[in-house]
Amino acid sequence: MRWLRRNALRIYAGLAVLYMLIPIVVIAVFSFAETPKDKLNFAISNGFTLEYWQHAFAIQELNDALRTSLELAALATVISTAIGTLMALALVRYDFFGRRASNLLIILPMATPEIVMGASLLSLFIFYSAPLGFTTLLIAHVMFCISFVVVVVRSRLIGFDRSLEEAARDLGATPVQTFRYVTLPLILPGVFAAALLAFALSIDDFVISNFNSGTTVTFPLYVFGVALRGIPVQVNAIATMLFMVTAVAILLVVWQQRRAERMASVKPEQEKTDVLASPARA
Amino acid sequence: MTIRRRLIPYWLLAPGALWLLLFFVIPMGFMAQQALESGALLTGGFTFTWEWSNFPDSLSGNSEQIVRSFYYAGAATILALLISYPLAYAIAQQSGRWRLLLLFAVIAPFFTTYLIRTIAWKTILADQSPVIDVLQYVHLLPDDGRVLATSGAVIAGLTYNFLPFMILPIYASIERLDMRLIEAARDLYASSTQAFLRVTLPMTAPGIVAGVLLTFIPAFGDYVNATILGGTHQNMIGNKIQSLFLVERDYPEAAALSFLMMALILAVVVVYIRLAGTEAFMGEEGERA
Repeated sequence: MRWLRRNALRIYAGLAVLYMLIPIVVIAVFSFAETPKDKLNFAISNGFTLEYWQHAFAIQELNDALRTSLELAALATVISTAIGTLMALALVRYDFFGRRASNLLIILPMATPEIVMGASLLSLFIFYSAPLGFTTLLIAHVMFCISFVVVVVRSRLIGFDRSLEEAARDLGATPVQTFRYVTLPLILPGVFAAALLAFALSIDDFVISNFNSGTTVTFPLYVFGVALRGIPVQVNAIATMLFMVTAVAILLVVWQQRRAERMASVKPEQEKTDVLASPARA
Repeated sequence: MTIRRRLIPYWLLAPGALWLLLFFVIPMGFMAQQALESGALLTGGFTFTWEWSNFPDSLSGNSEQIVRSFYYAGAATILALLISYPLAYAIAQQSGRWRLLLLFAVIAPFFTTYLIRTIAWKTILADQSPVIDVLQYVHLLPDDGRVLATSGAVIAGLTYNFLPFMILPIYASIERLDMRLIEAARDLYASSTQAFLRVTLPMTAPGIVAGVLLTFIPAFGDYVNATILGGTHQNMIGNKIQSLFLVERDYPEAAALSFLMMALILAVVVVYIRLAGTEAFMGEEGERA
């Protein structure tokens, strides 16, 4: 009984984590389930098979959607990470007129329901009769990724020991050299974490894409489209693959971040960041 | 030189700020204009006529969905808070490797596609699933009862899908908590309940406030959970906006309803921050006294 009381919180945490992992397990298990029509019917009575993993890329429509999603996410990640990092630098390093307004501009998209962002962008595109497709999707994805990038990179910059830069300057480094050889390597883990988050947000987005895609189909849009007709089992196999790839990527970033912290021994100990900054630790 | 230096932050800020202005702020303006248009798509399209009546029309026509959105998003937020706080606390208590592993386990599910995750819940809650069998066996659910296509399923889906938005801010605030303060409270003969209520809870309030907002706002506007888990009778305001925009193509009413939703959310946020803010303020005063 005393053991139970002492470990109650741990047992609870274990159960909660289990709850969070259930859907993942369901997705993975049913990617191996044999079904008569090759559509998910969520029954394991027909036994298990590796068939859908061996032929994971057998459906042309699905492959096209996946390729579109990957290209879109890659481009949106590069663009939003680049401009978001610059914004974070400006906001942390400089005190200037309009700083509060800029902060507000960055927070607002995170506090707006996705459906409103998607719908208002559609209003804009309709007004200018812009053809909906990959470009409008890219515009939308970069837009909603920027804020998250800024928040993550900013949390890294706030925990930054500026005496390292001063030391570099004292030793005769130019501002550009200081940035290239001191600042950038130190904030790089934060930038990586931000990029990873942007990628995950982009590849996962359904609501905003649904409004601005036109006839272009991304992976989530494909899944939604086939949901009524029956989802090919390959969707689960690919979803499991995507999950494993991102899981490995997160672990790498975390490992890299810890290593960088140890090497530079710039511990972001008392991070005075706002709470939104937490994805950086993830 | 000094002027050039002073311009540096603006140059750094420019690309991102421009992007957000062009594709976030200005679109809102276009939607505002659309909300005041009248006409129909088939009879010559829409014209701008200061049609203010769009707003009361969209309110009266969709009050059922609006009430439902408040109820579902509110219930999901409270459930998420109840699940997240002890979990975040437990994670923050672990050391080093375990903490990272637990955090990872908590966040990892959210790196699979949102839609697929929700569809997975649909199977878990489906009528013949083992979960439902167990619920019926222990009589938490009548023998012919079901979860799928009820309000419970939508609330469960919303709770699950927005959980990390609750866990992460709370975790961040608990992790930053100085444990010595709790020890001090205990040394001064506070019971563990008192120490929790008077020290831990007030000091982690900012995390709770952020978590509640970050969960409530997206849950309020969501329509994916209601569509997949709720069937046809659990529509939320998001379903309505989505169908007005993409199916019925009644852009003015859709835009008016979107603004109405934003206004409702804003009102909730302001009231909530007021309430939470005063409490935090009182806590500070108590410290000083």
